[in-house]
Amino acid sequence: MRGAVVIAVLLAVWQGIYAYAGDAAVSSPLVTLRYAADLLGSAAFWGHVGATLLAFAYALVISAFLGVAMGLWLGLRRFAGDVAEPVLAALYTIPKVTLYPVMLLVFGLGLSAKVAFGVIHGLIPVVLFTLGAVKHLPPVFVRSARALRLSGRQSAMFVLAPAVTPEIVSGLRLGFAVTLLGVLIGEMFASQRGLGFLIINGINAHNVRLTTAVTMLVILFAVAANAALLALDRRMHHGV
Amino acid sequence: MTRGGKVLATRVGLIAGSVALLEAACRLHLINPLTLIPPSEMVVALAGMLADGELTGDIMQTFASIGVAFVTAVAAGFVLGAGLHRLPVVRRAIDPLLASWYAVPVFVFYPLLVAVLGLGNLPLIAIGVLAAVPAMMLSTLVGLDRVPRVLRKAARMHRLGPVATVWLVVLPAALPNLFNGLKLALAYAFIGVIAGEFILSTGGLGHGIAYAYEAFDNDAMYGRMLFVLLAAVVANGVLYTLEVRLNRRRGRA
Amino acid sequence: MPDQPHAVLRGVTRVYPGASPIHALGPIDLDIARGEFFAVVGPSGCGKSTLLDVLAGLSAPSAGTIRFEGKPVAGQVPDGVGVVFQEDASFPWLTVRDNVAFGLRRAGVDKAEIARRVEYAVGFMGLRDFAGAYPAQLSGGMRQRVCIARTLVLQPRLILLDEPFGALDQQTRLLMGDELLRLWRETGATVLLITHALDEAAMLSDRVGVMSARPGHFIDLVETHWPRERDSRIVSEAAFGAVTARLWTSLRAESLKAIGRPAET
Repeated sequence: MRGAVVIAVLLAVWQGIYAYAGDAAVSSPLVTLRYAADLLGSAAFWGHVGATLLAFAYALVISAFLGVAMGLWLGLRRFAGDVAEPVLAALYTIPKVTLYPVMLLVFGLGLSAKVAFGVIHGLIPVVLFTLGAVKHLPPVFVRSARALRLSGRQSAMFVLAPAVTPEIVSGLRLGFAVTLLGVLIGEMFASQRGLGFLIINGINAHNVRLTTAVTMLVILFAVAANAALLALDRRMHHGV
Repeated sequence: MTRGGKVLATRVGLIAGSVALLEAACRLHLINPLTLIPPSEMVVALAGMLADGELTGDIMQTFASIGVAFVTAVAAGFVLGAGLHRLPVVRRAIDPLLASWYAVPVFVFYPLLVAVLGLGNLPLIAIGVLAAVPAMMLSTLVGLDRVPRVLRKAARMHRLGPVATVWLVVLPAALPNLFNGLKLALAYAFIGVIAGEFILSTGGLGHGIAYAYEAFDNDAMYGRMLFVLLAAVVANGVLYTLEVRLNRRRGRA
Repeated sequence: MPDQPHAVLRGVTRVYPGASPIHALGPIDLDIARGEFFAVVGPSGCGKSTLLDVLAGLSAPSAGTIRFEGKPVAGQVPDGVGVVFQEDASFPWLTVRDNVAFGLRRAGVDKAEIARRVEYAVGFMGLRDFAGAYPAQLSGGMRQRVCIARTLVLQPRLILLDEPFGALDQQTRLLMGDELLRLWRETGATVLLITHALDEAAMLSDRVGVMSARPGHFIDLVETHWPRERDSRIVSEAAFGAVTARLWTSLRAESLKAIGRPAET
């Protein structure tokens, strides 16, 4: 009910902006929806979607596995973690755009560049959240596991892993969204295929309907995926 | 040496070592000089450009855009966040959208912004604001949520009026979260403006980097990149230090 | 004039509205004499804190009247009333000295007078060595002392304390009890202390009100007849055991009720 009201308000705002700015800026909701429906029916469009999803999948897997592994290592080796954490936090605040030319020179144009863009966006949040999860593990959990005379493996599987998982999931949720962002930005100028390419192409060719439609689809996907992960995140935290 | 000292020394050593390694790799042509120039040459190129005044115009334009975007985002974010705090029904409705906003690539609004605001810096500033406002709103909401009820009661015990309560008790109590919002807003404004300049070629430092890249002018490109990097590190470093001091007084390590 | 009670509650009830309204307090009828040290004990959830909120003007009763110094109390904290809360209410962004001076600065008292009163309160509460420190650097007990000093400096005629020592260990509580007595004697204020500790109520007060389980109303009023010059060493008096025993006798059945267990006959 509440969601329907929000959507209605957003559509009204959209229509209002369209009325003010005109066809050269954005297309109306109705036109956009029809165009989007057409797109979803065209094979070429799904080709682009596939390209984006492929790059995104690679980038996400790398960010997730590498990020969790590094985060766990830095969390467990307290000294290394203390040394690295501020450095990683600082690296994260650097506008990644300053690295794009380097990425392009190193990886060239194409899939590897897109994946690289995705990874440089997504890796650090996952590392930092995982590191935090291990650091914040209450020592009393470790003591309780010992008091219950659990073996090392049992402790890890039944006490430590469940304890750190919620915060790691938060990091992965953030990593998911920013990795997607990175891949899209990479596609904007390192590729001839993908949704990011479609958007920048649309901008350059003044194809407003294309730009608006693809933008809307991307935003819908990003928000929906994040909302779903947020729900999962909240479930994992059991109301904490 | 204390542990803190050892950590710091290791960190500095790590960074210095990485730079030195990079320098060596470039000098020894282990890395293609067309791809990456040695860090020392980056510094030289930057120093030269600064001395020539070549960068001055770009710096002014970019920093002006960032400044305006930052101030606008902080003010708007705070007002909207505080307003939303008073309207719990609206807040609950918007919450999922707010929480997911950082996943939206705000650049896509550029054509729309150009059509509404014209060419030039305004659309770019608007992108910076769009990127930064939600972070400030969320921080404001969390900060206001976390003001302990007992402090509001203490304000009433002292018979403070509503304005005095907000100014003397609520805002100081929420300050750590508000400050966090400030940090995030600056980071997003920075990224939004410079990335926007880069992708959309509108002038300023970001555009300078893209232009140099396309012109195969590595010196100019890396010199500018170094400047942006240093500016980001310094700006965030200053805010981080202020935040540490703020938190230490309040015992929130 | 001295015979007129300092504060009067008549028929005070507090009901929290809603789908199923919660009758949190009342009806309460109580006269508090000027300069009296009055304690309130009762099982958890009986409405002790609600009673304090209503008396202080922090919340309005659903029914009944409250009068302080002859004037009705409604919606606002009256001049002359000070409150010390259960949770730490010290402002973490101000030093101890600035915390204590806070109320006076807002009231526009002149600087010399502020300095004088703050120094006195800080010294009185034993905080002189920490006057420039921030609350985060102090222990829980000291932070409560800051809150008491901040209230003391306003020279209240009625001091309301809501389980102020709840978070402290027993030894600290006993010493803080002595401080509270000293404060009471030197200021001549009327004190109303909410506590869940029977021994604390028995040793500190002139009178103890025992509240029933929710909705709380007074089921017993015990006079202790202690001399004005007293401190925690009163625990060695034989009468102390008797007072505490009487409090517990009244309270035990109510406490069982509060946790949902029937009293044995």
